[in-house]
Amino acid sequence: MIEVKDLYFTYPNGVEALKGISLNISDGEFVAIMGQNGAGKTTLVKHFNGLLKPSEGKVLIDGADTKDVSVATLARKVGFVFQNPDHQLFCETVEEEIAFALRNFGFKENVIKRRVTWALNLLGLKNYRKTSPFMLSGGERKRVALASILAWNPKILILDEPTIGQDYNQKEKLRQFILQMKAQKKTIVIVTHDVEFVAECNPRVILMSEGKIVADGEARKILTSPGILEKASIIPPEISRIFLELSDFGFPTNVIDVYEAGGIILDFWEAKNR
Amino acid sequence: MSMFEGLKFRRVSSPIHDLDPRVKFLYVIIMFAIAVMYMELIPLIMLFLIQLPLVMVAKVTKQWIKSMRGAAFLASIIFFTNFIFSYLYRGQQELPFILEYSMAMTLRFIVLVGSFSIFFLTTSPDHLGLALEKSHVPYEFCFAFTTAVRFVPVLAEEAQTIMDAQKARGLELEKGNFLKRIRNYIPILIPLIVNAIRRSLELAEAMESRAWGATKNRTNLYELKLRMGDYTLILLTIIILILAIYVRLYVPIPRITEIFP
Repeated sequence: MIEVKDLYFTYPNGVEALKGISLNISDGEFVAIMGQNGAGKTTLVKHFNGLLKPSEGKVLIDGADTKDVSVATLARKVGFVFQNPDHQLFCETVEEEIAFALRNFGFKENVIKRRVTWALNLLGLKNYRKTSPFMLSGGERKRVALASILAWNPKILILDEPTIGQDYNQKEKLRQFILQMKAQKKTIVIVTHDVEFVAECNPRVILMSEGKIVADGEARKILTSPGILEKASIIPPEISRIFLELSDFGFPTNVIDVYEAGGIILDFWEAKNR
Repeated sequence: MSMFEGLKFRRVSSPIHDLDPRVKFLYVIIMFAIAVMYMELIPLIMLFLIQLPLVMVAKVTKQWIKSMRGAAFLASIIFFTNFIFSYLYRGQQELPFILEYSMAMTLRFIVLVGSFSIFFLTTSPDHLGLALEKSHVPYEFCFAFTTAVRFVPVLAEEAQTIMDAQKARGLELEKGNFLKRIRNYIPILIPLIVNAIRRSLELAEAMESRAWGATKNRTNLYELKLRMGDYTLILLTIIILILAIYVRLYVPIPRITEIFP
């Protein structure tokens, strides 16, 4: 459970990044935080594992104030995958890379071994166990970074821009993976610009603009409201745009799913030809 | 880190910012020389006071104070080592003198940091590169220099992100004994260095694609020219230098303890 109460944050250089954020994320929820560049998305999620501490207000993780707990302690519960894997990979082998955090948390050697193998299998990195992470491709590096966080099985998982620079296949794998984590009752928070990806996942969407939350609700509702989206300089997913254009013909305007859209069009077609 | 903060250039317009970097550098060098010439407290206090109007005219007071605060730690080390060693050497009866001497040594350091800080706060890296070029330093070196300066803030920001990323994996930088603490920085240094090398290769490609080094005789969009302000500063600096040398040679300098016994 993540509770944010009237959070304000100002960077040391005087930039006021968050201006009064209040929100609750329950256990097992899947949330996408969206908004334009500089809206404060990353700043907000950096409060969830204590990397940043509130200037004013409070952030509680399972009831514990992040101001009272060290990042290392919080990290055990909150896994944070950074946008750029190159900011964290440093070991000689992929295996070592995944074991790094486990060593920091003081796991026993035999447990570490088991978990590393588990994480490698989970993300399809089995063959790279002894490879240097620097020799891998961009997408593979991203997966290693993800595996290195998942290895300690955090309860809450934060992914900062997980889809950037990934091809369709990787994105689809990522989506499957998130759904799998969701089925395991993990809390998942993603920070992203990728409307299409969010439309396919259909999570709860929190829309931010200039340090404030401008909308909060299910993806289906928010991604189909051009007025609200415009405030965060986001355009609706393609499918919704088509349906918004066709609303004169009696099409519903709250469609984000391609398969649902296909069904509606087919029904319309059949009704017309009858 | 805050000490480096005070050396970071910020684009403000002021009469000091518009001065020729070579003239400002001359000023810094002469301040340096004078500070080294004196071991007495009174002239060093005066030298320190000379910096203040410059800082105010340059409108960088806040940042300048910040860099002074950053230097405070080193300054206190200088003070205590001087104090302890001259105390051991001279004994207790000369305590006021020892105190004054240690303070003078500390102030000497502060004057050095202060004048350098003025120079870096008011001189843009581009200007500095231009000045180097004018001083007949080969262009390749000037370019390497300006690029290095240009990438310092980028690297600092990247180091911060890397630190955050590793902390999120349970790395505790302040944990363990001295050696362990140094080793804690390996997970930060390796990505930082690898990324810097990657970036430099990318930069080289970008430069080549923009025909870097295609002509031997480069021209500059901006030319450095000495103006009224520059001549004034040169004149002032030389007057201060002459005065300082004269006082050093012919005027006995009283100790503070002699004025206020």
